[in-house]
Amino acid sequence: MSDYNFAYLDEQTKRMIRRAILKGLAIPGYQVPFASREMPMPYGWGTGGVQVSAATLTPEDTLKVIDQGADDTTNAVSIRKFFEKTAGVDTTEETAQASVIQTRHRIPEEDLREDQILVYQVPIPEPLRFLEPSEIETRKMHSLEEYGLMHVKLYEDIAKHGAIATSYAYPVKVEGRYVMDPSPIPKFDNPKMEMAAIQLFGAGREQRIYALPPYCQVVSLDFEDFPFEASKADHPCDMCGATDSYLDEIIMDDAGNRMFVCSDTDYCASRRKAGHVGAQAAAASVALKETAA
Amino acid sequence: MIEIKNLSKTFTLHNQGGVVIPVMDAAELSVARGECVALTGASGAGKSTLMRMIYGNYLAAAGSIVVDGVDVVTAEPREILALRREVLGYVSQFLRVVPRVPTLDVVAEPLLAVGVETEVARDRARDLLARLNIPERLWSLSPTSFSGGEQQRVNIARGFAHTYPAMLLDEPTASLDAANRETVLSLIEEAKARGAAIVGIFHDEAARERVCDREIDVAVFTPGVAA
Amino acid sequence: MTPLLKVENISKFYGHRIGCKDVNFDLYPGEVMGIVGESGSGKSTLLNCLAGHLDPDTGEVLFEMRDGAMRDTVTMSEPERRMLSRTDWAFVHQHARDGLRMNVSAGGNVGERLMAVGARHYGNIREEAVDWLGRVEISETRVDDRPTQFSGGMQQRLQIARNLVTGPRLVFMDEPTGGLDVSVQARLLDLLRGLVREMGLSAIIVTHDLAVVRLLADRLMVMKDSHVVETGLTDQVLDDPQHAYTQLLVSSVLQV
Repeated sequence: MSDYNFAYLDEQTKRMIRRAILKGLAIPGYQVPFASREMPMPYGWGTGGVQVSAATLTPEDTLKVIDQGADDTTNAVSIRKFFEKTAGVDTTEETAQASVIQTRHRIPEEDLREDQILVYQVPIPEPLRFLEPSEIETRKMHSLEEYGLMHVKLYEDIAKHGAIATSYAYPVKVEGRYVMDPSPIPKFDNPKMEMAAIQLFGAGREQRIYALPPYCQVVSLDFEDFPFEASKADHPCDMCGATDSYLDEIIMDDAGNRMFVCSDTDYCASRRKAGHVGAQAAAASVALKETAA
Repeated sequence: MIEIKNLSKTFTLHNQGGVVIPVMDAAELSVARGECVALTGASGAGKSTLMRMIYGNYLAAAGSIVVDGVDVVTAEPREILALRREVLGYVSQFLRVVPRVPTLDVVAEPLLAVGVETEVARDRARDLLARLNIPERLWSLSPTSFSGGEQQRVNIARGFAHTYPAMLLDEPTASLDAANRETVLSLIEEAKARGAAIVGIFHDEAARERVCDREIDVAVFTPGVAA
Repeated sequence: MTPLLKVENISKFYGHRIGCKDVNFDLYPGEVMGIVGESGSGKSTLLNCLAGHLDPDTGEVLFEMRDGAMRDTVTMSEPERRMLSRTDWAFVHQHARDGLRMNVSAGGNVGERLMAVGARHYGNIREEAVDWLGRVEISETRVDDRPTQFSGGMQQRLQIARNLVTGPRLVFMDEPTGGLDVSVQARLLDLLRGLVREMGLSAIIVTHDLAVVRLLADRLMVMKDSHVVETGLTDQVLDDPQHAYTQLLVSSVLQV
C-alpha cells in the first residue's frame, strides 16, 4: 500500500471535483469551473483528465489509459503507472475489460457500455476562444446561445480551403443547447459521442469540467451546402485489414514507403488475434516464412 | 401660398457681451400662386434674413410664416424637411454638396427625394444642365471643382429640377452672361405659369421688372425705421 | 407617423459626476439626427445609453418593434436587447477595429451577422457578403482578405457593410469619419447618405465635426456639460444658433 491517499488527491478535493462532474452531467456541454489542483505532472500532460479520473475511480475499478488511441505511448504509460502507484487499481489495455478509460484525443473503436466511463484530457475547453478572446464575452455567448461566431470559423475554413478543413476538435452542439469542444479528437470520432458510456471532460490548466450523460444528442455543426463528414484515410489497416477504424499514417523509410495502421492499438491487436490480416502484415509473414524455409 | 404675419426677428450675440440686435419687426407678406414678389431694400435691410426665415433656416422670434398650411415658425424639423422636399424650393447663391457626387446626380437629387424614378430624374437633370449651358463632359464630375459661374448654374438647375409649388430665389441672375440669364428668367416664367408662388431677391433691375408682379421694401420692417 | 425611437428623461451618473442628464427626443423613421458637442460633453455616454451599451440611471428608451409595439430597451431582457442589436440595430464604431473581427476575412465579417440570425447556407452567405462589399465599394477579389490588409477607409466601409447586412432600422454611429483623411471622409459620407436614403434608415450620429452633420443629419442636438443646450433643424442650428455655446462652437470652426 502506498503512502498516498487513494488516487493521490485528498478526499475534500475529490468531493469538489465530483460536485463539478455531477453539475456537468446535469447540464450537458456546460463548462463547470473547478478549483484545479497542482498535479505532479506538467500542464498539457493530462492534469485535467487525471483529476477527473482520480475523483471517479474506486478501488474495484479497472483503468485503461490511451494516448491518441495507443496504450503504449509515454503519456498513457506514465498516467497508468501513476494510478497503479497512488490508487493501486487494476489496469488493462483491453477496452472491454476497463471500467474507467482516460483518453487523450481518441475514442476507442469498440462500442463502450453503460457501465464504463470515458475521461477526456482537454487542452482548451472553450470552442469560441480562437475567435473571441474575452472570457466574459464567451460566457455571455453561451448563456444567451449566441453561436453565430462558431459558424464564422467554419465559414473561414471553406473560404480558405474550399471545404471545412477542421479535422479535429470539431465543434458540436449538445442536446440542442450548448456548443462544446469535444477535445482534439479527430472528427471521425464525433458521431461516436452519442454513446452508452458516461463521458467526462477535464481541463486542468483552464479549470473546467464538462460532461455528456449516456445517449446524449451530440450534433456536429455544419452548413446546409457543406454537411459534416466523419472522414478518415481512405485505406484499410495494413496490420489487421480493418476498414472501419481511424488510421495513423506511418512513414516507413526515406524512399517514401508508408503504412496505415489502426490508431487504436487494442482494437488492432484483438483483430489480429482473431485472425484478421492486413496487406503489409501478410507480406511480412510471407517474407518471414521464406527466410525460415 | 405664403402667408407671413407679424413676424419679428432678433439676433442675440452671447459671445459679444450678449448684445441683442432686433432686425425685423411686424413683417407682413402674402404671396399667391403664380405670383412673383421681389424683396427690395438696401444691403443689410433684411432681405436674406426674411428669405431664410421663410425657409426655416433662421428662427423667428415671434409671428407666423405659413407655407402651404405649415407654420414654419412652430413646425417640427421633420415637417420643415418634408415641406422643403415637396413644396418649398430655395435657390441660394452658394452650392453646398457632398464632395465626389457627379453633377448629374446633384441636379437629379431633389427629384429622387420625392420618389421620381432614377432615369426620369436624370433625363430632367440632363435637360436642365443643357439649357443652362453646362458642357456635357462635366456632368459626370463633381461640381466642387467647377468655376463660380458654373457652380451657380448647377445650383439653379438643381433648384428648378423639382416643380416646387413655392420658391425662394436669392439673386438667381447675378453674374450670369446674357444667354444664361435669359434661360433663368424663362425658367422663372415657366414656374409662375404653372402656378408657383415665388419670393425673390434681384439686384438686376431689368430682370426684376420682367418677372416680378410686386415689390416689397423690407426696410419698412426694420425696427426703428418703419415707425 | 409614429416615432421609431422615443427617448425620455435619460440620465447617467458616474458617481458624483454627471454623464448626461434629462435627455428627451423622438426620432422618426428615416430621420438622421446628429449629436454634437466637445469631448466630455456627454454625447458618447448618451449614445451608449441609447444603444444598450450602458445602463442609464433614469429614463426610458422606447423602440418600435417590428410588431409595432413600443418597448423600453432599458428594461427589456439582455437576450432580447442583444437580439435587437444583431438585427434591427447597428453600431458603427469610430475605430473600425472595435467593430470588426480583425482575424476573420472580410466575407466572414459581413457574414457573421447573417450566421448569428440563423443563416446556415455557405453559398448564400457568401453571395450576400460579396453583394454588400460591392455596395460599400470593396472589390469582390478582397472578400477573403482580412481587415488587417485594408486601409483605414476600407476598414470603415467594411464595418458599415457588416452592420447593414441584416437590414437594420436604426444605426448608431460614433464619430464614423473620425481619424480618416478628408478625401476618404467625403467618400464615406457620400456612401452613408446613399445607404440611408436607399434603405430608409434612421440614424443617430455622434461627432464633433460640424461639416459632417451638415451633410448627413436632418436634425441636430447640441450637448454641453452633460446637458442638451439646443436642438433643431441642422442648418437652422448651424446658421442661426440660439445658445451661447452653440454660437461659440459654430464661430470656432476654421473656414477653408
